[in-house]
Amino acid sequence: MNNRVANLRFASLNIEPHISIERAQLLTEFYREKNISNYSIPVQRAMAFKYILENKLVVINDGELIVGERGEGPKATPVYPELCCHTIQDLELLNSRKKIKYLVSEPIKSEFQKEVMPFWQGKSMRDIIFTEMTVEWKNAYDSGVFTEFMEQRAPGHTVLDGKIYKKGFLDIINDIDHELKQLDYYNDSLAYNKQEELKAMRIAAEAIISYANRYAKKAKELAEIEEDEQRKEELYRIVEVCSHVPANAPRNFREALQAYWFVHLGVITELNTWDAFNPGRLDQHLYPFYKRELAEGTLTKDEATELLQLFWIKFNNQPAPPKVGVTAEESGTYTDFANINSGGLKADGSDGVNEVTYLVLDVIDEMRLLQPSSNIQLSKKNPERFLKRALRIVRKGWGQPSIFNADTIIEEMLLQGKSVEDARQGGASGCVETGAFGKESYILTGYFNLVKILELTLNNGFDPRTKKQIGLKTGNPEDFASYEELFAAYKKQLKYFIDIKIKGSNIIERLYAEYMPAPFLSTVIDDCIAKGIDYNNGGARYNTNYIQGVGIGSLTDSLAAIKYHVFDKATVSFAELLTALNDSFENQEELRQLLLNKAPKYGNDNDYADEIMAKAFNEFYQVVNGRKNTKGGYYRINMLPTTSHVYFGSVIGATPDGRRARQPLSEGISPVQGSDKLGPTSVIKSAARMDHTKTGGTLLNLKFTPQVLEGEEGIEKLAQLVRSYFKLGGHHIQFNVVDAKTLLEAKANPEQYRDLIVRVAGYSDYFIDLSEALQDEIIARTEHTTF
Amino acid sequence: MQVATIFNIMRYSIHDGPGIRTTVFFKGCPLSCWWCHNPESHNHKPELSFFPRKCITCGKCLSSCEAKAITLIDKQIQINYQLCNLCGKCAEVCPANALELIGDQKTVAEVMREIEKDLIFYDESGGGVTFSGGEALAQPSFLKEILRECKEKEIHTAIETSGYAKFAVLEEIAEYVDLFLYDLKLIDKDKHLKYIGVDNSLILDNLKKLAALSADIIVRIPIIPGINDDEENLKKSAELIFSLGIKEVHLLPYHQAGVEKYKRLNLEYQLSEVDTPNEEMMQALANIFRTYNLKVKIGG
Repeated sequence: MNNRVANLRFASLNIEPHISIERAQLLTEFYREKNISNYSIPVQRAMAFKYILENKLVVINDGELIVGERGEGPKATPVYPELCCHTIQDLELLNSRKKIKYLVSEPIKSEFQKEVMPFWQGKSMRDIIFTEMTVEWKNAYDSGVFTEFMEQRAPGHTVLDGKIYKKGFLDIINDIDHELKQLDYYNDSLAYNKQEELKAMRIAAEAIISYANRYAKKAKELAEIEEDEQRKEELYRIVEVCSHVPANAPRNFREALQAYWFVHLGVITELNTWDAFNPGRLDQHLYPFYKRELAEGTLTKDEATELLQLFWIKFNNQPAPPKVGVTAEESGTYTDFANINSGGLKADGSDGVNEVTYLVLDVIDEMRLLQPSSNIQLSKKNPERFLKRALRIVRKGWGQPSIFNADTIIEEMLLQGKSVEDARQGGASGCVETGAFGKESYILTGYFNLVKILELTLNNGFDPRTKKQIGLKTGNPEDFASYEELFAAYKKQLKYFIDIKIKGSNIIERLYAEYMPAPFLSTVIDDCIAKGIDYNNGGARYNTNYIQGVGIGSLTDSLAAIKYHVFDKATVSFAELLTALNDSFENQEELRQLLLNKAPKYGNDNDYADEIMAKAFNEFYQVVNGRKNTKGGYYRINMLPTTSHVYFGSVIGATPDGRRARQPLSEGISPVQGSDKLGPTSVIKSAARMDHTKTGGTLLNLKFTPQVLEGEEGIEKLAQLVRSYFKLGGHHIQFNVVDAKTLLEAKANPEQYRDLIVRVAGYSDYFIDLSEALQDEIIARTEHTTF
Repeated sequence: MQVATIFNIMRYSIHDGPGIRTTVFFKGCPLSCWWCHNPESHNHKPELSFFPRKCITCGKCLSSCEAKAITLIDKQIQINYQLCNLCGKCAEVCPANALELIGDQKTVAEVMREIEKDLIFYDESGGGVTFSGGEALAQPSFLKEILRECKEKEIHTAIETSGYAKFAVLEEIAEYVDLFLYDLKLIDKDKHLKYIGVDNSLILDNLKKLAALSADIIVRIPIIPGINDDEENLKKSAELIFSLGIKEVHLLPYHQAGVEKYKRLNLEYQLSEVDTPNEEMMQALANIFRTYNLKVKIGG
């Protein structure tokens, strides 16, 4: 990388994440001082968005070519009081907590207390949501049965397609005006609502154009006083670019990146949407510009690389909005999950790998940044060179890119009823979530603790930790005459809590539709404009709600241990087992060892365990899949944890698989840490026993010692392993290439390992930033090695 | 159906032939190489292995042992190997897997079932199965039957062998073996006898005869510093390999991974204080073979 990139990268890496109060102040000012009561809520929201963009600081960092910051500079992280109004204790915690800290200066704290808090306290979405939830919901939430994504962050979970590279916002405004004219006030009872929503979208579209113009103006001011001739010229180029996009469609590679970046800033300023937002299939979008400009001689490969590198830094400058409470537990990271896809297929079904794909992979390799996250979409039609190029980066051990099965992802979408073109232009985002880019709202509603359901079943619906009867009375397990009776009771509890979760989510969904529309996001996601309906109200072409199952490995091993030892072999009675679990295996080490070592375990290509897994998985699928949400779409499942497997483990006592109380659960669809003894092919075989096409994403982690992947042969054999897993229908696989010794040293001497990045679950993170429990969990994962 | 004593079936084996493989380890070996890292492979009978670190001294093994071979002294399990009749009951009841019976009588069908589990990986990678040991040739009728079965199922087969068997055995299986990984440890007769325990003429003869059958052979030479890494031995080896028309050699650097296993099996390790040869040294040795125009790979 050149000096410009190196300097900006250095700043991005070294500036501490800190809280910015600018957005909160402007928003509060707008709602307090403007006379807006005559406007509809969507229009108010759009006006607020416009007010923020018109008044926030416009920053151009030294040497930048791609411009625009969400806050006042790199790592300045705004808060969103309309969604979650932090308390002073929250701010103090953010400033002082050991991991995932955000600096909060004293002046910011006092201004927040003086101006922001009085206005929003009691009125934020978080307050409203918790008021609306039932006692059953709250009990389940407090017990750790599930988490709730929308309690302090807005639904987002969507990714852009190629439209902004062909259309400017002036064109989008034309589309909006066209729809406004078409409204049928005589026959369509919702015509007025649509009118308000479309008006709001129009205001939001105008706002993003004027925001870009402010950047053009700022660049001009800087250019006029700039003494360095080269920089002066660069600043004038910024003026030219920002005057053109995103109002108009980009004319070249650079404008394409800048146009996207303004849209990105718009989305993450409007609301603190989950999964940041991201350009999705970036190589597909940029390739036409790249190819043409290279031929015309207006762009070189080096210039394109530099622009991409600068674009990458922009993502890294935006840490995730600060999270507190359970949400901080389930997603404890600065990463905001923008996850750029490379490769895959084109809309016509042909191989999508192109020159920009390789350029992007080079950038990932050289930049080595947490954000944006990156993945490859690997289809059987993609060349081996593509996979191997990616694996050479994977081998370096910092966890990127992750690898997805493009063919399975397409099949998942087809099974959900999407068109084949929409499916082929989609991919994966967030951690591992499948989506039709630019056309789908695929929100994650919360993690669901499958192992907690078993614990509740074993306790007849009583939660031993909160000491409350929160579940159904499905019977005392000692009275169960067979494993089937136990599993039937588990199914009842599962259904009961899924019902509670869905009811809660459907209410929360309505609250967002009603009070927190996202007119700007709606301008770029099909078919919000055509329908005249907001993104948060079902405007997208496809509306999917996911419930993310966590702990399938721990659940399977626990069920298998009960089936095997209590029923098949009768080595231990249910009563004895329950007593041991309640006593956290105190003085029961012999039994614990037996359960750990002498029971069938998932991840070993063992039919006994794998059939239990497949049944438990199918049950989860049956209970959730196809349930209706309120946006004309459906609930579906996926299997990923972020960091919730640590939190979910912390609310569960000892389990029948021999796990001690409060220890983390298995993550994703990976086996219980250390229980897979037969190597990676067995793990893959077990994991493939689940029908991945029934999900919207599964997550499989494998950990290798660096020695296994040495040399060209190491890459080749890893490629073969990946291709085999994908032949079996696997959705996603990711690798940690690091030995336990290094991790143990890093844990003991964090200062010396500041740059050690590891794969957590669907994203990478600095090892020293992880909670101690998560560090231990990663160390405990089986290390695949070979002689 | 034939049975054999098998002590391990290792999946995702990536250093014993092409692609992703499953390696089947036969128990029992007619040689006794000082550096052997698989001590559990020597004896053709099952053996009891004990991992003291895993033991929780629950004492379950004591009551299970009819031969009274196990005692608990000072909170430590002691095994009297003279009394042990290898019934395996202690290992069965040991909750911590601290006791393990190594070696199992398995039928061809049982082993095939394990091999076939990774078919998809063999297909994708050009891998297959490798029969190793111990010495696979020491259980010839089982070996022949399972090889034939593999070929019927289009599974690539390799044999990792010392070559120490009657040539008739090799001749009979050759048509079912896609690749021989043939060990060549020492050319010098006396040294061979000293460090390996047998005369090497049978091994050398078999190699020549096998090459004459146009079998696909890769010669593997473990590099044991101070024992067989001298220029004379390696030059002579290279000459022999070259003269037989064999194209490829694997040099396997000595490692100490097996030391711990000797202790668990109550066996003595004869080769202490030998270091793993470094990369530079391995490259220098590889060059000896390269001058004979042989393809050399360091490691398996």
